[in-house]
Amino acid sequence: MATNAYVPHAAGYVDNEGVKIVSSRFGYEDSYTFERSLATGGYEALKKALRLPPAELAATVKDAVLLGRGGAGFPAGVKWGFMPPVWPRYLVVNGDESEPGTYKDRLLMERDPHQIIEGCIITCYALGLNTCFLYVRGEMPVAQERIAQALNDAYAAGFVGRNINGTDVSIDVVLHWGAGAYIVGEETALIESLEGNRGMPRLKPPFFPAAKGLYMKPTIVNNVETLANLPWIVTNGAEAYRRFGSEKSPGTRMLAISGHVKRPGVYEVEQGKVTFRDLFYGENYCGGIRDDNDLKMFIPGGGSAPWFFEEQLDLALEASEVGPAGSMLGSGALVVMDHTTDAVRACLRVVRFFARESCGKCTPCREGTSWEEKVLERILEGKGRAEDIDLLLEIGSSISPGNYPVAAHSEDGLAAVPFPPKQTTICPLGPSSVAPITSAIRRFRFEFEAKIPTVPAADVASESPVPAGSGS
Amino acid sequence: MTATENPESPAPEAEPGVPFTLNGSELTAKAGELLIDAAQRHGVHIPHFCYHPRMTPVGMCRMCLVEVDTGRGPALQPSCMLSVTPNMKVNTESEPTTRAQDGVLELLLINHPLDCPVCDKGGECPLQDNAYAFGPGESRFVEEKRHYEKPIPISDLVLLDRERCILCDRCTRFASEVAGDPLIHFIDRGAQTQVNTFPEHEFSSYFSGNTVQICPVGALTAQPYRFAARPWDLAEVESTSMVDSTGARVAVQSSQDRLVRIQGVDSDATNWGWLSDKERFAYEATDSTERLTQPLMRNDAGELVSTRWNGAIKRAVAALTDAADPRRIGVLGGARLTLESQYAWAKLLKGLGAVDNIDAQLGDGLPADIVLGLPRATIAEACEPGGVVVLLGADPKEELPTLYLRLRHAVQFDGVALIEMSPRATSFGDSVAARLNPLPGAVGHLAAALAEGMVGTSIGGIAPAQLSTAHRLLGSGRPVTVIVGRGNLAESPEIVVSALAALRRANPDVRFLSALRRGNVHGALEMGLTPGFLPGGQGLDVELPGWEMAPQSRGLDATGILKSAVNGTLDTLVLLGADPLEDFADGTLAAAAFERLGTVISVDTFMTASTSAADVILPAAMFGEADGTFMNLEGRLSPVRAKVTAPGQGRPDWMIATDMAAAAGGDLGFTTLHDVRAEIAARVPGFADIDWASDLGAEDGPLVRPLRTWTVSLSETAPIPPADDYGLRLVVDRKLWDNGTMVTESGSLRPLIGDAVLGLSPADFSRLGLSSGDDVDVTIAGGETHTVAAVSDNRLPVGAAHIPFALNSVRAQSFLSAGEPVIELRVRPS
Repeated sequence: MATNAYVPHAAGYVDNEGVKIVSSRFGYEDSYTFERSLATGGYEALKKALRLPPAELAATVKDAVLLGRGGAGFPAGVKWGFMPPVWPRYLVVNGDESEPGTYKDRLLMERDPHQIIEGCIITCYALGLNTCFLYVRGEMPVAQERIAQALNDAYAAGFVGRNINGTDVSIDVVLHWGAGAYIVGEETALIESLEGNRGMPRLKPPFFPAAKGLYMKPTIVNNVETLANLPWIVTNGAEAYRRFGSEKSPGTRMLAISGHVKRPGVYEVEQGKVTFRDLFYGENYCGGIRDDNDLKMFIPGGGSAPWFFEEQLDLALEASEVGPAGSMLGSGALVVMDHTTDAVRACLRVVRFFARESCGKCTPCREGTSWEEKVLERILEGKGRAEDIDLLLEIGSSISPGNYPVAAHSEDGLAAVPFPPKQTTICPLGPSSVAPITSAIRRFRFEFEAKIPTVPAADVASESPVPAGSGS
Repeated sequence: MTATENPESPAPEAEPGVPFTLNGSELTAKAGELLIDAAQRHGVHIPHFCYHPRMTPVGMCRMCLVEVDTGRGPALQPSCMLSVTPNMKVNTESEPTTRAQDGVLELLLINHPLDCPVCDKGGECPLQDNAYAFGPGESRFVEEKRHYEKPIPISDLVLLDRERCILCDRCTRFASEVAGDPLIHFIDRGAQTQVNTFPEHEFSSYFSGNTVQICPVGALTAQPYRFAARPWDLAEVESTSMVDSTGARVAVQSSQDRLVRIQGVDSDATNWGWLSDKERFAYEATDSTERLTQPLMRNDAGELVSTRWNGAIKRAVAALTDAADPRRIGVLGGARLTLESQYAWAKLLKGLGAVDNIDAQLGDGLPADIVLGLPRATIAEACEPGGVVVLLGADPKEELPTLYLRLRHAVQFDGVALIEMSPRATSFGDSVAARLNPLPGAVGHLAAALAEGMVGTSIGGIAPAQLSTAHRLLGSGRPVTVIVGRGNLAESPEIVVSALAALRRANPDVRFLSALRRGNVHGALEMGLTPGFLPGGQGLDVELPGWEMAPQSRGLDATGILKSAVNGTLDTLVLLGADPLEDFADGTLAAAAFERLGTVISVDTFMTASTSAADVILPAAMFGEADGTFMNLEGRLSPVRAKVTAPGQGRPDWMIATDMAAAAGGDLGFTTLHDVRAEIAARVPGFADIDWASDLGAEDGPLVRPLRTWTVSLSETAPIPPADDYGLRLVVDRKLWDNGTMVTESGSLRPLIGDAVLGLSPADFSRLGLSSGDDVDVTIAGGETHTVAAVSDNRLPVGAAHIPFALNSVRAQSFLSAGEPVIELRVRPS
């Protein structure tokens, strides 16, 4: 297969001929079928895992330093250790991928559902639990269909259900389709949704899922990509896994790049070994900005992440570098914008998403995000006022108090404010809406000012035509 | 509200407190105490909207954010969801805290309409108050506000203005968590999030008015109070609801000498601040056009004409003295009266007139010696976490709704196991630990089987699993409370008593909580308005100073009184707020009695069916118009206070009694309420230590417990007739919205009274080949046939038929025969 080629049946996936830990089957057109999975080593890791004591399996995962791929990047093995010895306990798998710019979980579910199911069963076994809930985003019908078919096949083959592969281990996987809310990607909101409630986040503390999760029982919530790594880790061992990627972030990540690059798509990339510049400009990756335009800004980790600029291009894709620089890698979604982009319009586009997706629970997010949207709309309609720019920042600090994380701008002598932001809300959705505002205003304030009429808009009275003959 | 601490008893500081710092002061919190509560207790008010001390905190309004340092640096935390931990440092006045408060208030107000001048909440609005005290003082919002149609009715009683709503989740949380009626919910998202009902399902909850009271803005308004008054014009007294026997504490509010609103007051002992819509809205009846405003007498032409108090009293006294033999006089009612009035009437009738045919219960109660003598539990004791409650009575949601809320909380949140022995499954639904719904007549056998552990086989269709669960719970060592009332008016009280006896055999430590529902019925029994007793449960042989006479022998109960009237051995009847023609279980007997009675004297507040058949009518002051004292089903005293003047010439009942005594040439010995109370304290055991002035002002009110332990002999043998070929046994119980006077005379509540339909178990229903709503012919054994619409009722055991009392279209009264152990009936498709 040619280097950095699109794989036509895996829409969006680009094969860069690098290390393939989770995308190893993507090259096959029938990669999602049970037959292909079996023919390429599928469920062998499960068989091996079932011969090991659960504690040893958990230790292997901890040893592999498998970082969560959902956004926070917390080590899965450590998270597993937070569960108190209480049963029943549950595994919840988060396939509600909906961060703006992110589509790597969808590909994993569509292209290799068996790998995820195998990862689920290995995890359940390692954690000593027998019920796994697999939550798939509502707007992903192909993923739903393939996951469901794969699960049926896996049940029929005895890899899921009673006495898995002839052992005394029994584990059920319950599928649940989302109803179309971004916020349900947040783990506590996902749990609420699974329980049949409106998807609204719970406050942590006290509702840390590992202690009080689904039905108030200990619950591990893992992202689908995280679990997709498990078959490889079980097969090849923690040490082999740690040989890829960086010391702090071993293994690979599925990165979804969109926007103004020549070859957008999902790439499996070794963590920490590639810089943003490599990714956007490298021949093995995106191949440069479209039309060889100038880069204006990029979002390094999904719509919630503060923006980066030219100055941050040489940072490695590594949480420990990106965080102090003022943003996050989040869920592996990168959005690239070239110099033709209107910063105010881009800002509105992201803010509008959060305003529409606010669950309505916390006052600052519910009211603040829609206020931000209205002010930005007004500015873009040419009805802005000089004070609106600072007002936007002020609304932002009612949602996220203190200095909001931003990238450095050496030219202006501005230092970076490290991630994460503070929040007056329960979950980070509201504060996420502040990211584009702070990023755009700090760097492109002049673009906002340019849209604001210098002469105050004529007031209504002077616009009203004076009736003919009045006053005579 | 938290419990006030009694300065005389040492504070229960057994557990070491949690030291923390609040705005620089070193203070102590209770273990597990929420920061918002601990701060309040120490005099620091943290503003909030969504937090309500009687509901689970959700931390969503973000108003109560304060700066907290638990060793990892100061951070904003919602104080309603944070328990105080040792050495926590809290600052409620720091710049970050006040900045967050400014932000939340500005954001809450951006879409909130500033229609405060025409908002019923204006002047008592937490949003106004918090904006005033903690807000930024100005808004920077120049966009158009959110618009919705305003207001929309979400039930017959409650309207919702979504523009005013600040989405605090209080009403929705109350509906699902407290009331168990999850009929309102958030819909849509973001700034379009709104509270609404589900399509085709209105918010028909018996507790809907609580959502109006706890709404922190004017989003929810109650139909009866809309635009009735401005809050700053309201005058208020604290009182006790007399709508049922729970004794919910209320604030009675008036404007221009009219009652305009009743609000719940948080009492730890009783209602926790909640009210049923009946307790909340039935005040409307005080303004009814059917109120009696002047004394009436029947003239020679048989017409009722108004008269002066003197003439009416004279005529009433003449009727009583003319009777010559006190056994020819009967008295029904008294549960509407205050304790003081009950004492005055008891003294007048028993102490001056030697009348003992007195019954405050109208054939729907239990023998007084049982109610007064059994070891009593309080509501709190019944709801004690981890306890067991046996429900031997009707569905408390229908009869005692605020008690239902307490029990529901105990079952849902405090691990109380409920054994349901009601004739029909109750509103507790699947949350009961054991469901034993016996056929009418069988509850005594059922209880005996539990006592003896004969639970291996099914009894009367009740599964062995349910029986063994109940048996195990009764003997588990967990405290057991039996809540006992009359769950079925078509079943004799002896059968209930036999079940009580067996339960006490099953667990000798069992306590009892009366579920007799009529207002102040427990006060009436305590004050002697029941045959065979003087006040305080003292026997007729006890000599009370100032009581000139005493009845010679135990008198008749309500059924006996009416039967004696029919057979001519009793000809004078006094009604103390009773309407036997509509309210006595056996309507046929009551009607026959009224046919033959010589003189009927009615002391009442409304022109009821029975009152309009009276010869002398004395208008009384009702709830809200007279001071007095209430005794609830626990035996707890609490104040009833006057707020408005009675219409016309209505007078407090006790004054009418003193006038009657004077007109008869006697003297009750008191002329003020204070005198009556002093005499009760002197004459009635259990009241000696009650200090009316201070004890009744206390939050929970004092308990009056029997001073001596009674030996109540409970007979386990009750007449249980074998099932005959009629096949079905009748269950008659009450609904909250029935044709009782307080409901029919309250304009907002009257439309809620439904039609009576005959319920049959699904098995019987399909056996008869019926479709829902089909008419059936119901033939009572030895009686007449009625045509009724029938429905399938999955709350009923096979073999039972159910009809509610006193609803529209069908008179269940005519199905009942007083004195029959059970009522058998036959049902055929019409």
